[in-house]
Amino acid sequence: MLALKTLHDRFGYEITESSFRDNRRYTVPCGKVYHVLEFLWGECGFDMLADLTAVDYLEYPGATDRFGVVYVLVNTTTGQRLIVKTHLNPPESELPSVYPLWRSADWMEREVFDMFGITFAGHPDLRRILSPDEFTAHPLRKDYPLKGRGERHNFPVITRAES
Amino acid sequence: MAVGLPENVFLTKLDAAASWARANSLWPMPFATACCGIELMATAASRHDLARFGAEVMRFSPRQCDLLIVAGRVVMKMLPVLQRIWLQMPEPKWCISMGACACTGGVFDTYAVVQGIDRFIPVDMYVPGCPPRPEQLLAAVIEMQNKVKRTGTVYGREFAERTNPTGPPPFDRDELRRLREASAIEGLEVYTPPKVSAEL
Repeated sequence: MLALKTLHDRFGYEITESSFRDNRRYTVPCGKVYHVLEFLWGECGFDMLADLTAVDYLEYPGATDRFGVVYVLVNTTTGQRLIVKTHLNPPESELPSVYPLWRSADWMEREVFDMFGITFAGHPDLRRILSPDEFTAHPLRKDYPLKGRGERHNFPVITRAES
Repeated sequence: MAVGLPENVFLTKLDAAASWARANSLWPMPFATACCGIELMATAASRHDLARFGAEVMRFSPRQCDLLIVAGRVVMKMLPVLQRIWLQMPEPKWCISMGACACTGGVFDTYAVVQGIDRFIPVDMYVPGCPPRPEQLLAAVIEMQNKVKRTGTVYGREFAERTNPTGPPPFDRDELRRLREASAIEGLEVYTPPKVSAEL
């Protein structure tokens, strides 16, 4: 079982631990998140990245940071799960890609980029994955209007006479 | 009647004969993207039996079809596909917009869903309902047959007259309201809004 003290000794005391039911969560400053994840991957046996997603905390009660990026790790030998969370505040919106550690990060990082506009340095192919390539906005940001900004209206209109 | 014409000879107009043949063998192209597609399948299945109206030959290639049935919501990423399918269908061709979502966007008034396919492709018949019962789709097919028989011509002259889009302009009053509601974000590149005519 990984102790918080191990992480504190290695990466400093900015890392905090919290838990919800049986989920353990470490909150890591974004500058250190790659090194922490690399440590968890290499020395603690977390060989699977089950999920990588983000949350926009704009206008969220009590929130101090804008974006939260969440990594859900699984140790497939022991079945242990661990959630690593980091926060980002614009204009800073770049994290190091964890693609070198887990291949499953490929599409999940693309999805976070598409929906939130968070970029991942070192990702081999950071393109939009859900919305069309021409799309300019990041729709899961809370300041993006639900009905959009008219992105669906740039298509040509076909009339019957010309088709 | 002309003298000497035997009783088994039948006189008609070429337009009417062609339209009669076309109307009674509509080959639908099912563009089923949502729950309306289930009703479309039910329409084709034995209980409601679209074959009674000669329209049972669902082909999954647009090149073999002459009736596009858009059943379900169309997202904006899918719209170029829909337009390409429509353009690939050979003449003469018709389009049924089935269900609230295909006709108007339905409850999905979001950035990702097209608010009515008639804004982007020509539509001949609208079927209301969410989803429509198979009977409603059958009624639309029968009405489509009547329309083909009523207006059809051999060389499709009636299509050449339809130079206006079927639906409202894509950038209409609703969109203008949405744009006003939307607040701008610093540093986020958004699309350049199209030109709006003065009466809007």
